[in-house]
Amino acid sequence: MTRTRKPGVNRRATLAMMGAGAATLAMPWVARAQAKTIKVGMPTILSGRVAQLGTSSRNGVMIEVDKVNAAGGLAGRQIEMVIRDSKGQPQEAARVARELVNTDGCELLIDAEASSGAFAVHEVARDLGVLCIHTNSETSALTADPKQHIPNAFRTARQGVHDSIVGGSYAASISKAKGLKKWATCAPDYAYGRDTTGEFTTYLKRFAPDTEIISESWPKLFQADYTEVVTKILQAKPQALYSCLWGGDLTSYIDQANIYALFSQMEVFAVNMADYTALTVVKNLPKGIHSGNRYIKTYPATAENAAWGDAYKAKYNEYPTNWSWENATAIMLLAEASKKTNSADGKKLAEALRGLKIKSPFGADGTVTMRAEDQTLVGYAIGWGTTIPQEPYVPQVQAGDWKTIFELEAEWKKSKGYT
Amino acid sequence: MDLDTLTGCLASSACLVTQTTSGFIIGMLLFLVAVGLTLIFGVLKVVNFSHGAFYMFGAYFAMTAYQLSGSFALAMLCGAAGTALLGLVFERVFMSRVYGADVLMQLLVCYAFVLIFDDVVRMIWGPEFKSMGMPSAFQVAPLFIAGGVVPPYYLLLIGVALSAAVILGLGLARTKVGKVIRAAAHNPGMVSALGINTGLIYGGVFALGGMLAGLAGALAAPVRSLTPGMGFSVLIESFIVTVIGGMGSILGALIGAILIGMIRSFGSLGFPLFTEGLMYLFMVIVLVSRPTGLFGKEVA
Repeated sequence: MTRTRKPGVNRRATLAMMGAGAATLAMPWVARAQAKTIKVGMPTILSGRVAQLGTSSRNGVMIEVDKVNAAGGLAGRQIEMVIRDSKGQPQEAARVARELVNTDGCELLIDAEASSGAFAVHEVARDLGVLCIHTNSETSALTADPKQHIPNAFRTARQGVHDSIVGGSYAASISKAKGLKKWATCAPDYAYGRDTTGEFTTYLKRFAPDTEIISESWPKLFQADYTEVVTKILQAKPQALYSCLWGGDLTSYIDQANIYALFSQMEVFAVNMADYTALTVVKNLPKGIHSGNRYIKTYPATAENAAWGDAYKAKYNEYPTNWSWENATAIMLLAEASKKTNSADGKKLAEALRGLKIKSPFGADGTVTMRAEDQTLVGYAIGWGTTIPQEPYVPQVQAGDWKTIFELEAEWKKSKGYT
Repeated sequence: MDLDTLTGCLASSACLVTQTTSGFIIGMLLFLVAVGLTLIFGVLKVVNFSHGAFYMFGAYFAMTAYQLSGSFALAMLCGAAGTALLGLVFERVFMSRVYGADVLMQLLVCYAFVLIFDDVVRMIWGPEFKSMGMPSAFQVAPLFIAGGVVPPYYLLLIGVALSAAVILGLGLARTKVGKVIRAAAHNPGMVSALGINTGLIYGGVFALGGMLAGLAGALAAPVRSLTPGMGFSVLIESFIVTVIGGMGSILGALIGAILIGMIRSFGSLGFPLFTEGLMYLFMVIVLVSRPTGLFGKEVA
């Protein structure tokens, strides 16, 4: 933009120029849109207790970005990832996201934040209009609630309500077979724990109406000691326990519950157990904990999935996490959308992403779809099984049925007033 | 609020035994951390904000020693001895420089080391959480006492912590070294004038405090997940314990820790949604009625 006013330029043209200038300042990525490389910003959690998940998100993205770049990039432009630590704090995530776009000139955003941060980044995406893919937040409302809907935001993470439907129906079938009527729950006391537990018990009761919840525990997130929670559950004498504790909290809980022999006294359903971060850390993993699949290279039991898991392990010397595949999927979708449009422009990509179906190692039937109506991922592999203390950790996974998921999800949306 | 469960529990011996031991377990580990904190404050007049790091290092040292040697006893020893050494070095090299300084300066130095120590752990052991695993000797069925469930490992844990409390109490009250330490707390100038090396005492007390926190970390390692930053949550509760018990009082730390343990244990039955709040509420009540804490007057 030029700041000198030439004689003869009329008022209208001056205003137009000023408007363009203001827009350039407010949306610098527009001005830089023709740069050779395309910068993709990624706020994620690289320090603190869940840093491992942030690192695995970065790894998941990088393994796919390298492939895309080797194949020529996004419409001929090499991807340059700009990855910043949000420390897991929502306000920091929002600040970093804004800075990545406005200062660093990132044209796309991969939001690899947990739910707390994702909602903050979502508002930044709403404000700036930049294409943003949420890769880790599983809170259903992020895409299900029409108030949250913006055309430029997508989600490649699994969704809490999907997990709950599959988990509830799986748990109900075990419940009926084994006569488990009295249930206890134990979940971390924040949005994810509360919502997920609520949804799980709703579907458990729906599929097995004679079950009842006789005890609830809400330890705080990252609590060091769960002894009082363990003994409280023992006192209640339930036949089954549901927990959505995760990561180090879950492994702590297992170690502490183990010495009270809790696992021999009730069936345990821990949705987040079957993730390598937890499976490989617990030294004395009790046999027979029921878990949802997070990421496991043996489910779906396809050569593509096994190869992806092994390639990741070979590159980073550890197995992928749930966050790894969700982030990898974002890049896979972007690459396909860019192929279709032959463009790396956010708006065009967003258009192509809506309803896009791609081949994927993580798909229940070898494909995943970015559902057009609410711009969230469906068709990914989802199932439950029981764990054993060594590889393959979950030998038999009972697959969730997407037809049922869609039906109940539609019903759930209606009950929430979303549709 | 769920008072029925609470009264039901108080009426049942099985529940009473289980919940009381549960309270002791939480309390005794807290005590080991808090007593170091209170000791360091009592003698050095420094609030060691980085104390949680010693708990963390104790756990990591124990885990590494256990992985290398397979010996649980050696793991405990390494956890305690390693952090004692670390405490000594930390005090001599860094803390000793800020004794006369403003309280804010001391706080800043300590806080800096909270971050530095966390990063050191991250560099050495990695950012992911770890688990030491329960030694096979303790992988046995829990004991049933009057119908209540008590894991054998927790009996050991309570035993070790109680012995530490007794040895510490007697050591300070009855031995010559203990008298010198108490004297140094009371009037360091006079002790120094009598030809006693106060630097050595300060270093020793800091090492002792670090060792106790390290021991707590080592004892907790088989049942808690190990992560950089794990010391912080323990530190907050230890502060509550020392504030309730009275800064500088060992007996206060013991009683305060057990009280907090019991509040957590029985509170989770009666007030499942307000267990954390109960601790703070109790602290407020103590502070309002006795601003120096329950035993705050023991050390002037």
